[in-house]
Amino acid sequence: MNEQTPGEYVVGSEIRTNEPVLNKFDPLPANREWVEAVVRDLGSDRSRLLDIVQAVQRQYGWISYEAMVAIAGALGIHAVEVEDTVSFYAFLNRTPKGRFQIRLSKTPVSLMKGAAEVARAFEEATDAPLGGTSQDGFFTLEWTSDIGMADQEPAALINGSVVTALTPEDVPAIIAALRACGSDAASPLFPGREVILPHSQVKPSLVQHGPVLFSGHGACGDGIRAAILISPEAVIQEISKAKLRGRGGAGFPTAMKWKFSRKSISDEHYVVCNADEGEPGTFKDRVLLTEIPDLVFDGMTIAGYALGAKHGLVYLRGEYAYMFGPLQQVLDRRRKSGLLGARICGREGFDFDIRIQLGAGAYICGEESALLNSAEGKRGAPRDRPPFPTERGYLQKPTAIDNVETFACAARILENGATWFAGYGTPESTGTKLLSVSGDCERPGVYEVAYGMTIHGFLDLVGAADAPFVQVSGPSGQSLSAKDFGRSIAFEDLSTGGSMMVFGKDRDVLDVALQFTDFFVDESCGWCAPCRIGTTLLKKQLEKILANRGTLADVSAIYALANTVRRMSRCGLGQTAANPILTTIRNFPELYEARLRTEDFVPRVTLREALAEAVQVQGREPVVEEASA
Amino acid sequence: MSEGKLTITVDGVQVEASSGQTVIQACDAAGVYIPRLCHHPRLEPAGHCRICTCKVNGRHVNTCTLPAVHGMVIENDTPELKSDRRTIVEMLFVEGNHFCPSCEKSGDCELQALGYRLDMIAPTLPYLWEQRKLDATHPDIFIDRNRCVLCSRCVRASRTEDGKTIFGFEGRGIHMLLNINTQGRLDETGLAVADMAAHVCPVGSIVVKHTGYRIPEGSRTYDQKPIGSDIEAKRSSPKV
Repeated sequence: MNEQTPGEYVVGSEIRTNEPVLNKFDPLPANREWVEAVVRDLGSDRSRLLDIVQAVQRQYGWISYEAMVAIAGALGIHAVEVEDTVSFYAFLNRTPKGRFQIRLSKTPVSLMKGAAEVARAFEEATDAPLGGTSQDGFFTLEWTSDIGMADQEPAALINGSVVTALTPEDVPAIIAALRACGSDAASPLFPGREVILPHSQVKPSLVQHGPVLFSGHGACGDGIRAAILISPEAVIQEISKAKLRGRGGAGFPTAMKWKFSRKSISDEHYVVCNADEGEPGTFKDRVLLTEIPDLVFDGMTIAGYALGAKHGLVYLRGEYAYMFGPLQQVLDRRRKSGLLGARICGREGFDFDIRIQLGAGAYICGEESALLNSAEGKRGAPRDRPPFPTERGYLQKPTAIDNVETFACAARILENGATWFAGYGTPESTGTKLLSVSGDCERPGVYEVAYGMTIHGFLDLVGAADAPFVQVSGPSGQSLSAKDFGRSIAFEDLSTGGSMMVFGKDRDVLDVALQFTDFFVDESCGWCAPCRIGTTLLKKQLEKILANRGTLADVSAIYALANTVRRMSRCGLGQTAANPILTTIRNFPELYEARLRTEDFVPRVTLREALAEAVQVQGREPVVEEASA
Repeated sequence: MSEGKLTITVDGVQVEASSGQTVIQACDAAGVYIPRLCHHPRLEPAGHCRICTCKVNGRHVNTCTLPAVHGMVIENDTPELKSDRRTIVEMLFVEGNHFCPSCEKSGDCELQALGYRLDMIAPTLPYLWEQRKLDATHPDIFIDRNRCVLCSRCVRASRTEDGKTIFGFEGRGIHMLLNINTQGRLDETGLAVADMAAHVCPVGSIVVKHTGYRIPEGSRTYDQKPIGSDIEAKRSSPKV
């Protein structure tokens, strides 16, 4: 297994650092020999394309067409295939960017906390317009989707390093520190490099410990040592008895997944950990992987034992690149202490190791089949099922793919037993759930709560008793109003991956719905027509209503369109992309009514807007007759 | 039931299928038409357009990629599915610039034919007015991306049938485009008029030059009979 951090790559068993050979300010197209060496060092393996192009980008700051041709040549594929992958990911640059790429998190929560003002301060300090690069080539400034810091917004990624809890006043010092890093030949500031920026501190975030995950009990490897005392089938039986269900939101029974994978006959099986925590408002996997990564790796190793898998893969979202190095160190330590590698815990024949695959900015890659395509170096488009990953997953081999939190739960179940685990929560939703809490509340952060908690109870807990609007499970979840606050957080009622965004009484619910709708426009993969086009049309329709140009007919039309997108889309993204609209229509109908016009029909644009281009070209205003005005 | 044979039910009609067939293949063979756009009988299915989505055992599933399983109960020709399919066709019309009267594919265009078959009167959705790249550099073939529906037929045909991989995608979401294997022009790619990729476009996006209007409008494929008629003609005795 390779053990590289970004900025480094592996040659045999030796880790080499990419020493900069070129001036970063020259958008040079890439040195062919250098690119070929990188491809060779990663085994000339097409499935490692994402690692290859990221290595090129770390070296040159972008991936030129010449670099793509060189990569294609070295892999024996076509440039159009490399470009197919590269052009898909938000964090891969096909054009030269500034020496420092600043990506500001744009979410309803970040905007509530002042992200727009921070963005203006960055524009002023860098001379780069949002979405562009400064004249001096130092800075590129962009918005990006949620970066997993919802409890400490406004936040930003600067060449992959995180800065949090920003105010406009903080910005000049950050920019000064970046300028001081120098320009020519200095290697870019990437995660793993020792450059201290003001505010480059990610808060620990854990607010409430719970009895299962953040219990403070149990030593590293306890779950594995318990697992190998029983048979792999018995391990799956224990998970089944605990009624463990997937923590990513879908709630599929974990034991079933493991059983199906185990039963699929193949020379290889894979265990994949979905750490592409992209749902806006979620950050509990960041906290798990920061605070108790060993528990997650224990869970993956237990799954390896249960499935008879030798390989594990953590798909870590590109936004969490800063965690790559520390996680590699944890894996290294585990290899040294016999918890990874050959003969784990001294057991003959139990070999298992874990590789971390870094993503590159695509929400869709949290969808399991899109994640698998991405991990194989392709565009992150989902797959049609069947076949399911348990049958044909990573590299077409049987694969159990589970959420970070699910693996942590599995480890605790083996440590303490199924009965103990099932003692928490409700009969149908056993154990505890990590909630990522953000927005208008006194105590944002991660909470470990037993399943069954009502929204009322939740709001009291986080200090937001009078909030009128809660977004449960992120944009793909539900917009709840007070009438639903008696409902409980559980698979049988409000199923959630854990994103809980709280909105105070002064917030514009429909504007939030529009921002969520816009999020899906940015993140739709484009593979299937109903989602690719439907998300954009939903946004246009909602904009019309919010601009007070909507009628009752427009609400009917958007409702019909939303349901078509829901029914006909290929994967969970499209099937839930209309939820912000559908659930606000259901739970806040009065807000729509208040915006509607009474006419039968109001056009999308005014006559003035329609004529604007002609007016500009002709340089004169149209003559308006009084009678028709 | 003989070895490898199975039966599915489509809108109450029993359809025989062989093991390994997809639902759409089985239905095609049996003369039951499921509307589709991106699917091509000679190419691996890709599931882009979702028009062939049916309700299978109560759930919406894409049938060009779905293996037939004995006992499947499928709803195909229902008012809701027809409306959803029509909406997708409308979406494709407003996403690009499909100006039928000036398009030489008119009458042979599967998107246009689907519009008629699904009773689309006029788009009710707002146009997106995208302006996309045209490429007329190739002596025999031109690409108008404004009419591309991203069905990937050319991508698949070039890769698996022509062995060339001249086409691919670029970008994602609403900004996704058909891409070619060069930074430059189509005539640099090695695409030949004999390639299958030049002939599988369901719309007027990849068009072979020097052939336009040889068959007059009014005499073209779908001017004669609605799309799907060839499949339905295979149905010997309707068993409803």
